[in-house]
Amino acid sequence: MSAINTRVSLLLQWALLACAAPHLAGAQQLIHEERSLYRQVLVYEEPDSRCLCFTRECVIGRQSCIDLRQPQRLVFEYTRMMLGALFLDPEPNNILIIGLGGGTLPHTLRQLLPNADIDVVEIDPAVVRVAEQYFGFHPDARMPVFEEDGRAYVRRVLRSERRYQLIMLDAYDSQYIPEHMLTREFLSQVRALLAPGGIVAANTFSSSRLYDSESVTYRSVFGQFYNLRSVNRVILASNAELPSLAQAAQNSQRFVATFKPLGFTPQSVLSRFSTSSDWNAGARVLTDQYSPANLLNSTAR
Amino acid sequence: MNRAFLYLIAGWSGFFVMGLELLGGRLLAPYFGSSIYVWGAIISVFMLALSLGYLAGGRASLSAPSLRRLATLLLLAALSTLPVLLFGDALLERLSIAFGDPRFGSLLAAGLLFSLPAFVSGMISPYAVRLLVADRDSSGHHAGKLYFVSTFGSAAGTILTSFYLVLYLEVNQIVLLMLGVSIALGALVCVLPFGIEA
Repeated sequence: MSAINTRVSLLLQWALLACAAPHLAGAQQLIHEERSLYRQVLVYEEPDSRCLCFTRECVIGRQSCIDLRQPQRLVFEYTRMMLGALFLDPEPNNILIIGLGGGTLPHTLRQLLPNADIDVVEIDPAVVRVAEQYFGFHPDARMPVFEEDGRAYVRRVLRSERRYQLIMLDAYDSQYIPEHMLTREFLSQVRALLAPGGIVAANTFSSSRLYDSESVTYRSVFGQFYNLRSVNRVILASNAELPSLAQAAQNSQRFVATFKPLGFTPQSVLSRFSTSSDWNAGARVLTDQYSPANLLNSTAR
Repeated sequence: MNRAFLYLIAGWSGFFVMGLELLGGRLLAPYFGSSIYVWGAIISVFMLALSLGYLAGGRASLSAPSLRRLATLLLLAALSTLPVLLFGDALLERLSIAFGDPRFGSLLAAGLLFSLPAFVSGMISPYAVRLLVADRDSSGHHAGKLYFVSTFGSAAGTILTSFYLVLYLEVNQIVLLMLGVSIALGALVCVLPFGIEA
């Protein structure tokens, strides 16, 4: 049954691609390209949007996009779902974001929470440059960028006193997953880096066999979590008891006005909060010793 | 028959080195990340240790070379990998705390954990060439075949480890499995009743 579903959804994706492709091919213009230490970094522009891509013609996955007419609007649904973390803790003062992309998340959080300290970790210096030059990302004294491996950063900061009320993991994409950042040990370190009652938000995967392994791995570290599914999947978890859905709904009301210029309603995100376990609980937990995340991600469920 | 074992040892040793190198990346990643520096450190250590191993293996082949001694090298390479399993995590933990810079921390860590097994494995090829070569005319031919077997083994070790083994086994289990094969093959050749001289 699930295999049929996968096929149907793949077919749909192809159909969508086929419809979108001619339009894209005509209007899409490459305005920047460079080969970084890790990948190709490409910026494409269409009449009203600009996207960061790691593959030619953005064939697989756009990393980040801005709407040139309404730069504040959040183009991707996953970034909106990531902001659902604010329904669990509406005022985090210390935030860590691992994985910069076009800088949409830190940029938006800076606007929503002008007083928060936001630390950003990005492994690829070229991505940092491009985010600043093409996507309006401006690091400052209270929003520094650390150019290093996310896991090395977490380990380093664990030895200091610094703790975060919100940690966002946005370091995975469909082509490559840093496997050492999707293991029980890493998530335990992330959990330890949270202040009491802290929240972790992870942008991850909704299809492939990895969905099962990833789910049981998060479950083994955080217990119950909110699962938000669309094309992407966002996991929201806490190192204390997970705030109730009623509490989340109440907190979400605070954002009706502030989310408006971002182009969505809190309700549209809230409606995706789910605590049901729609995965194979018998899947193998990912650990530092066993972490074939990329291989699992290329296998259908 | 002896020749078959000789090639088998050289081919397996190639498998072992590359399998270990790939898993080395896995072992270091939790402590130093998997940035390009970390891979650079691991590859440098393996290349340097192998190069010194070639020198040492060639020199060792000057005095009383035998298939049994070649097999002993395989056993030594396996035994020198034991610290990775026994103290690997403790060592990596300390080094990653002592060194803020991921480059030199991972270089030192890779050096301490992998230089000895890679060095001893490097000794095997030139030593095996000595056992194979009967005369000057055929020396290039034999050396070519040996390089083929050993590098083919490396390719097999790389692809099997990265494509398949990591999907079924834990990192330490794969290292243990490779140690088991090395010890079994080395011990078998050591106790072989027939011709000690190749």
